[in-house]
Amino acid sequence: MSATKDDLLWMYAAMVKARYYEDTMATVYMEGKKPKFDIGAGLVPGEMHLAAGQEPCAAGVCVHLRNDDTVTAPHRPHHVAIAKGVDLNRMTAEIFGRVDGLGGGRGGHMHLFDPAVNFVCSGIIAEGAPPAVGAALGARMNGRDAIAVSYVGEGAPNQGGFHEALNLAGVWQLPVVFIIEDNSWGISVPKSKSTAVADNAIRAPGYAMPGVRIENNDVLTLYDAAADAVARARAGQGPTLIEVETYRYYGHFQGDPEIYRPKDEVKGLKAKDPIDRLYHYLMDNQITDSSDLEAIAQRCREEVDAAYAFARKSPEPAPEAALEHVFV
Amino acid sequence: MPSSRKLTVSRAMSEAIAQEMRADPQTFVMGEDVGAFEGVFDSTLGLLEEFGEERVRDTPISETGFIGAGVGAAMSGMRPIVELMFVDFIGVCMNAVYNLAAKNTYFSAGNCKVPMVLMTGTGGGYNDAAQHSQALHATFAHLPGLKVVAPSNAYDAKGLLTTAIRDDNPVVYMFHKGLQGLVWMASPAGAATEVPEESYTIPFGEARTVRSGRDVTIVAISMTVHGALAAAEELATEGIEAEVIDLRTLVPLDRDTVIESVKRTGHLVVADEDYRSYGLTSEVITSVVEAHPDYLKGPPQRVAMPDIPVPYSRPMEDAMLPNAERIASAARHTTGRG
Ligand SMILES: Cc1ncc(C[n+]2csc(CCOP(=O)(O)OP(=O)(O)O)c2C)c(N)n1
Repeated sequence: MSATKDDLLWMYAAMVKARYYEDTMATVYMEGKKPKFDIGAGLVPGEMHLAAGQEPCAAGVCVHLRNDDTVTAPHRPHHVAIAKGVDLNRMTAEIFGRVDGLGGGRGGHMHLFDPAVNFVCSGIIAEGAPPAVGAALGARMNGRDAIAVSYVGEGAPNQGGFHEALNLAGVWQLPVVFIIEDNSWGISVPKSKSTAVADNAIRAPGYAMPGVRIENNDVLTLYDAAADAVARARAGQGPTLIEVETYRYYGHFQGDPEIYRPKDEVKGLKAKDPIDRLYHYLMDNQITDSSDLEAIAQRCREEVDAAYAFARKSPEPAPEAALEHVFV
Repeated sequence: MPSSRKLTVSRAMSEAIAQEMRADPQTFVMGEDVGAFEGVFDSTLGLLEEFGEERVRDTPISETGFIGAGVGAAMSGMRPIVELMFVDFIGVCMNAVYNLAAKNTYFSAGNCKVPMVLMTGTGGGYNDAAQHSQALHATFAHLPGLKVVAPSNAYDAKGLLTTAIRDDNPVVYMFHKGLQGLVWMASPAGAATEVPEESYTIPFGEARTVRSGRDVTIVAISMTVHGALAAAEELATEGIEAEVIDLRTLVPLDRDTVIESVKRTGHLVVADEDYRSYGLTSEVITSVVEAHPDYLKGPPQRVAMPDIPVPYSRPMEDAMLPNAERIASAARHTTGRG
């Protein structure tokens, strides 16, 4: 199957928007944290994990999803949230810890919840996989054809919870798509030193599901593989595991000294930038022209700029509001 | 003459580990990012360089696996120092700690030993939200079979860690991220201290009276020691002389030092960054009241994290964490001067 023009342009927009969002955040996050970096100071609270370079993983899968499909994302969630259609204004306000945030400032960047599009996330490695299984189970028990997608980094398949989730999905043949974003680093530890196999997709047969490995951060091959996986899940044919080779342009977190990383690695990755490649694909195949693509990019930038403006204007929450919402 | 120099808590910890590793080849370190990264909170500075990858092991993100492996290694004669990066992650691996490490000595009538140190980063104050900011002191202290340590400064950090490594029992060593002296996170002035170069131990179960005072006893641990000292300065300007006690270890708990102090002051405030209910604060107050119902002349006070997940937004978190202001106001209240 090859992508329709609409889907291609949708993916292009999702990737451009996510990239601009992260690059903007990289700058905004440092406001008030210079000249001396202090994680507890400045405009944006807390830790910050950015996903620039990983956009294909989000766009190539979420293009196939509906609002009623559930996505569970990890600590590096912005690109996935954007592709899933999370309210950008309220997401940004949440990251700023403001009253108009998705959680009124209680959760922050690693804990974004938008029930309108069934998006959740968690900062505990691999712990989104079992809840994705549960969401899929709930859909099936209610006779709905909604599916669930679990996103994790390549560090997560070394957790027990990940494997338990795969086995559950396999033995119950649930509509789950497991996506591993393999950026080859778990903080400072390379995959080769943490994982006994080079390709996590080969684990899939152990759980009675197909496994696919996408090389080169390629959104188009991922698009095809995810189309199959989502269609199978929706048709009641069970789960799929997809590992995507992807790139992490920034440090693990903003402020990461990255002493562990070869100096030129990022430069090499940027030379193969997935957004540039999609742009050239669209141009070379005369699917669209540069003015159209620029117009899309312009709209994305405006939307992101508006979200940051919204977040800046949103008030700080009242301190006592911290005591609300432990129970409902 | 033995020499000392001013060290951060993280340097003091790293030095304790290095000295024990030099002395005992059975000692080794494992955990996430303890190698080239030297610990996300700098707890393993210089160790990879000196001891190599065999004894300073980066692990996969597999806490259930490598903490369980720590228990097994300890029982086979090694002395593993295992790092759980953030204490909050205990959720994925508690079994190895409380069903294995904490119980195997008892099951075996002392025939099996588990000389393992689980060192782990605690605490909030830098807006990292509820999966990365908890103190969880009582979660461990509640479980029989674990010794639990939480230093407030570099001198104690080194001595207590040395004691922990030499102990034949499992020790949970809880270091507060905000005391480490990281370049990217502020820490209070009193956290870095003079630290002797040579190796030394500090016995568990001996609280330290950090400041003497006749009017009110403030019991604290880890980060709250610094809040308690600041509160005591403030109270002194109002004519209230506070005695500040740093418990240093939760298990064993030095009840005697607290009781002896309260006998003199008649007033008690307990400050802890862990949750308010079912925690260290209640334990300390109960220990006093149970033994000497007549000592307290005012209602004992708990200053702790309210029973909510630690909030992300800065104004919310600031308002919830125990700090000098809240400790001082509790002291005024119990002494009837506020
Ligand atoms: C259970 C658990 N252990 C450790 C961590 C600390 N931690 C946060 S991100 C991370 C690395 C994750 O690597 P990976 O899964 O590859 O995702 P990436 O950061 O590369 O996107 C670690 C170890 C955590 N959040 N949860």
